[in-house]
Amino acid sequence: MSQIKVNSLASVASARSSETSSQGVGLEARSIHAWFGQKHVLSDISLDFYSGTVTALIGPSGCGKSTFIRILNRMHEFIPTAAMAGEVLLDGKDIYRSGVDVTKIRLGIGMVFQKPNPFPSMTIKENVLSGLKLAQIKINNSDELLEDCLVRAGLWSEVKDRLDQYGGTLSGGQQQRLCIARSLAVKPQVLLMDEPCSALDPGSTLRIEETIRELSETMTIVIVTHNMQQAARVSDYTGFFLSDGGPGQLIESAPTSQIFSNPKDKRTEDYVTGRFG
Amino acid sequence: MSTLIGDMPQQPMADGSTIPKPIKPWKPTPKQLLPDLLGAITAVVASLIVVAITPLAGGLGLIATFFSVSIVVASTISWIRQDRKAAANSVSTIVIYFLAAFVLLPVVSIIFEIIRKGAPGLSLGIFFSDMSVTSSDAPLNEGGLLHALVGSLYVVALATVVSIPIGLLTALYLTEVNGKAAGVVRFFVQAMSGVPSIVAGLFIYAVWMISFGGTYTTAAGSMALAILMIPTVARTAEEVLKLIPTDLREAGLALGATQWKTVALVVIPAARSGLITAVILGVARVAGETAPLLLTIGGNDAMNWNPFSGNNSALPFYIWKNFGLGTETAIARAWTGIFVLMVVVMIFFTLTRILGNKKR
Repeated sequence: MSQIKVNSLASVASARSSETSSQGVGLEARSIHAWFGQKHVLSDISLDFYSGTVTALIGPSGCGKSTFIRILNRMHEFIPTAAMAGEVLLDGKDIYRSGVDVTKIRLGIGMVFQKPNPFPSMTIKENVLSGLKLAQIKINNSDELLEDCLVRAGLWSEVKDRLDQYGGTLSGGQQQRLCIARSLAVKPQVLLMDEPCSALDPGSTLRIEETIRELSETMTIVIVTHNMQQAARVSDYTGFFLSDGGPGQLIESAPTSQIFSNPKDKRTEDYVTGRFG
Repeated sequence: MSTLIGDMPQQPMADGSTIPKPIKPWKPTPKQLLPDLLGAITAVVASLIVVAITPLAGGLGLIATFFSVSIVVASTISWIRQDRKAAANSVSTIVIYFLAAFVLLPVVSIIFEIIRKGAPGLSLGIFFSDMSVTSSDAPLNEGGLLHALVGSLYVVALATVVSIPIGLLTALYLTEVNGKAAGVVRFFVQAMSGVPSIVAGLFIYAVWMISFGGTYTTAAGSMALAILMIPTVARTAEEVLKLIPTDLREAGLALGATQWKTVALVVIPAARSGLITAVILGVARVAGETAPLLLTIGGNDAMNWNPFSGNNSALPFYIWKNFGLGTETAIARAWTGIFVLMVVVMIFFTLTRILGNKKR
């Protein structure tokens, strides 16, 4: 049974990889460690994220995937007890170097959260363009940008006649795509997605996966997911995280087809075939 | 399940030798803080100079100058270091700091003044004697405020005992039962919370003394305080209960519980800390009330252990009375009374907080 499953996932994954062409490195994590207070939660994670590709981070709950992705755009530091070590390079420069403007970092590395979180006081249109206001960016053709972002997020046809309604009136899946459109409006180089589909139905999940595929042509995408089929469907590279009770570690990272068909580590194989986790 | 995670060979670094030191790179280094420090010093020096050479003399002038100079210096530093956006951020930060200090200023000066004027009258003796055989101009080491302290504890405790059940049950009616009358009840609770305290005293005076021919008692005072306390407790508790997610209630009901059991075992425990705050706010509302007590407890210079019969005193009453007497020692006694009232209220709040925060 598990053999069948691993084969089917591998075939999905290899179908994906064949159509991608990796370019330069967009974002690099170098020897990342993370702590909450005294608790060491991530140990020595080094991972490259290539421009124009999707990297999926998989692993059981509590292995530090979300902590890792939050380190990538400096959201980790909002937790008072948090500490870290290592470097995150965006275009070869450490985003944690001293004197860096953290707001510019987060402008370049966008994030989509697990639970759809459109701003409740804003209409659909205002939500999409909110990043411009918040980051104090002035543009001339905001209507063009609005349409462009909503089209790329796969939401335009559904909302084009109700742009002045509030974001909360949309369904969960539409809200999440609205949040993706909102992230796109400030034109980030990298988009981080922390389990973006875990609260959504399969139909909405499919739409968002299509969106991710389309977006990956122009940007670097990192997605945390618990859904192995999703990792196989959308990603070019996969990193497998695991914690053996201690800090979370990166057990293996490779092209997705390899992770699902021919993993090097026994633990990766066990996980992707559903033997644990 | 042939392979367990525990069977895996240990990863490197298990010995701890190569683990780097945890750092917080987002915390500014001393070197980065230097411009801010220099800016703060510049602002202080500059405002002192401005105040010295211009007509902007006095404390108010200094504060106004310091405020404007700080904004200019901080935004300049941020602008040079980053950009205009950072400068705007600095301006709002400085304004918020100054406003926070502005709130702190009167509080700190009140506490300072109470300690300065109240401390001379403090001695162990005042907690063991009353004013029944001490005249108003007797030295401070004679007499005491035990009668007022006990009266205050009685009157607040009785008011609390009456208000907590009524207030909390009202809040439960508004949030959990949400019956047909909820709108009306909510309206009246809100209206009641705006009642001036002397009206509460007058109401008890009119009902208890005039209509029923009653006399001054501690209990009458606590009824007046309860009128003030119930709406505060009810409104705060309602807000707290509203924050409890509906999911929790549904989870309880889905286990086959009755509504009463769900409320008692799920909703109230989840809201416990907030409900304690509601009670604290209620006590805080009435602990220092003077006006309703003037009309209801009558005042007394001697001990009265019976809350249901005879006049009694209370700390606010004692303070009011001693200020009215006007002699130097009486005024000193009034300040000591304020000090004791403040400490009693503080001890009570701290205790409630500790009890409320105990691990559930």
